[in-house]
Amino acid sequence: MSESIKQTIRSFIVENFLFGDEAALPGDAESLIAGGIIDSTGVLELVAFIEEQFGFTVADSDIVPANLDTIDAIAGYVGRNASTAAAA
Amino acid sequence: MCGLAGYIGTAAEPERLLAAMGDAIAHRGPDGRGLKVMAPAGSAPGAGLSHVRLSIVGLADSAQPMTSEDGSLSIAFNGEIFNYVELREELIARGHRFHTSGDTEVLLRLYEIYGEGCLSRLNGDFAFAIWDGRAKRMFIARDRMGVRPLFYTEKAGTLYFASEVKALLTIPGFHATLDPFALDQVFTLWSPIAPRTAFEGVFELEPGNYMIADASGRRISTYWSLDFPDAGDVRPDMDEDDKAAQLRHLLEDATRIRLRADVPVGSCLSGGLDSSIVAALAAEMAPRGLDTFAITFDSAEHDESGFQKLMARHLGVKHHEINCTEADIAAAFPDVVRLAEKPLIRTAPAPMYRLSSLIRETGMKVVLTGEGADEVFAGYDLFKEAQVRRFCARQPGSKFRPHLFRKLYPYLPGLQKQSAEYLAAFFGADAAPLSDPLFSHRPRLRGTAAAKLFFSADLKSKLAGYDAADDMIAQLPERFGRWHPLHQAQYLETRFLMPGYILSSQGDRMAMGNGVEGRFPFLDHRLVEFATTLSPSMKLKGLKEKYLLRKSMADKLPAEITHRVKQPYRAPDSRAFSGAVAQEQVHAVLNPSRVAGDGLFNAAAVDKLVQKCAGQTAPSFRDDTAFIGVLSTQMWLDIFQGTNRRASEAA
Repeated sequence: MSESIKQTIRSFIVENFLFGDEAALPGDAESLIAGGIIDSTGVLELVAFIEEQFGFTVADSDIVPANLDTIDAIAGYVGRNASTAAAA
Repeated sequence: MCGLAGYIGTAAEPERLLAAMGDAIAHRGPDGRGLKVMAPAGSAPGAGLSHVRLSIVGLADSAQPMTSEDGSLSIAFNGEIFNYVELREELIARGHRFHTSGDTEVLLRLYEIYGEGCLSRLNGDFAFAIWDGRAKRMFIARDRMGVRPLFYTEKAGTLYFASEVKALLTIPGFHATLDPFALDQVFTLWSPIAPRTAFEGVFELEPGNYMIADASGRRISTYWSLDFPDAGDVRPDMDEDDKAAQLRHLLEDATRIRLRADVPVGSCLSGGLDSSIVAALAAEMAPRGLDTFAITFDSAEHDESGFQKLMARHLGVKHHEINCTEADIAAAFPDVVRLAEKPLIRTAPAPMYRLSSLIRETGMKVVLTGEGADEVFAGYDLFKEAQVRRFCARQPGSKFRPHLFRKLYPYLPGLQKQSAEYLAAFFGADAAPLSDPLFSHRPRLRGTAAAKLFFSADLKSKLAGYDAADDMIAQLPERFGRWHPLHQAQYLETRFLMPGYILSSQGDRMAMGNGVEGRFPFLDHRLVEFATTLSPSMKLKGLKEKYLLRKSMADKLPAEITHRVKQPYRAPDSRAFSGAVAQEQVHAVLNPSRVAGDGLFNAAAVDKLVQKCAGQTAPSFRDDTAFIGVLSTQMWLDIFQGTNRRASEAA
């Protein structure tokens, strides 16, 4: 489950932020901001993608680097919330 | 104000070359032409000058190149010496006689008397070349702040120079090639770092420098550079009223001498504080009334026409405006790149080009603007941002301090929705070390450099190990580290971005594209030097920018202008290219096989970027930067490397 979430997120990052350049994909634990991959508009693009792809609403208070700044963090955050959404 | 070109060394057909060089920059001087071969072929070294004239001072009698009475000195001069009246009177009092009424002869005479020491006497915006037949040398100089341009290149032992690189492209056998390191600099700092230019092998004479070239080679020296007092030497107990009065006096005089011309002088009105101040001072001094000029936009985000009209009504001036649509920007952009002669990462020069066409159509060729006040008196958001970042860094992890970033950028909707944690992360509030000399500029540099993602693997390998920001650090003076952080930030902005982008790509080149001369009272060196001595808190007081300037001019302005928060001048970027006509243009310039063939960018990624930007109303900073950067670079290749291709095909 977690690996397929990660793969979905990686694909989104490669397509949307790296314009297909897979070689530029950062490691799962690397900061997307420090890597110059995401800026303030990019975060909102990421949030819109998560909501559409995983079927839950991202609360404003959840939009913090701790949840969204690495592929690992995003996958963990999505894993916690998507399962809640599915269970409900 | 004009254009100049010339050489020292050996030129095969000197008259023909000088004429071609003049042709290439004819837009800078539609009112007259002249050329002169001072040292003919066979003499060592040969020398020639070419000049295209925009007549502003000494309309009837100041043709160039101008030669001294004894025939030993000849000058080609672009720009103005604003204090020539005083200098001329001083020389007349000492027994000198003049044949013309203009500033060119004064400059020539000053050189005759003082040699290179003449530069410190000049208050002006200039680039000029003087052939000194006595010493068989060429003396080339540029103004302190970098208002007027001067480029040079060397080929087979001959030095060629000109106001714009286009003139150098006429040198037989010269081929334009894009310098990959310059491209890296543009994609980091918005412009190449002088003396480098976008053209391999072409350099610019840096502001405040002069060059002496003779048979033995060339030597470059600095006669002026921006300096600040050590942080510990800044006096905190300055009298504010006293300083405000001094500022006012200097600014009035700087404006007064910039109204000197034998043709009417107008004034630009952006709607902001700085141009309002200049227009207010000029309106009082213009005997026949003042014409003001403004650009308006359809999008509320960019348009400032409400403030422009308010100010025009307040002054009772004759106001002219021209609207700039997204389609106008797209249509003008190839011309903008041709005039700027370097890749751009913003479209903001395009509306300036349109504004100069309005000025020209109105029948005027000289305008004052408010340029320089944001550098000299600390107006840019970046200065406030650096202050907030320092404030945040003193308490890492603060949940409250980063909210100040939102206050800095009320016009950026993307930021308004962000959490304190993200704000801190975007601005590197917790990350950048305070000891970093580029601390103030890191978020901008990092945000711009993110667009290097689109560089091709080939370009990346050519640039391996190169970092434009390190290059910038290497050019800082030794004393930089002793200055107050605000002064360090002001220095970076004034030394690099101002001449490299603001005064050139957005300034001289866009105005002169339509034969219009801009004059900038805030960049009078007396005012610049005065401002460096002010305590930082007189410039940026808390988060109130240009504090002392506002105070000194409050009685001349409506309160809405005096208290207006700085709105940066911006124009629609990738969005300007979203219309059907512009999309066709984009697809032609960014055709994947052409992009791949030129080898600078990853063609597949660029293709996706084009699609993404076309479908978006609010692209990210990075995507906007990349789109305009790639588009303008490919246009640059079409315009400049294309010229070579066509020339070599014809030959």
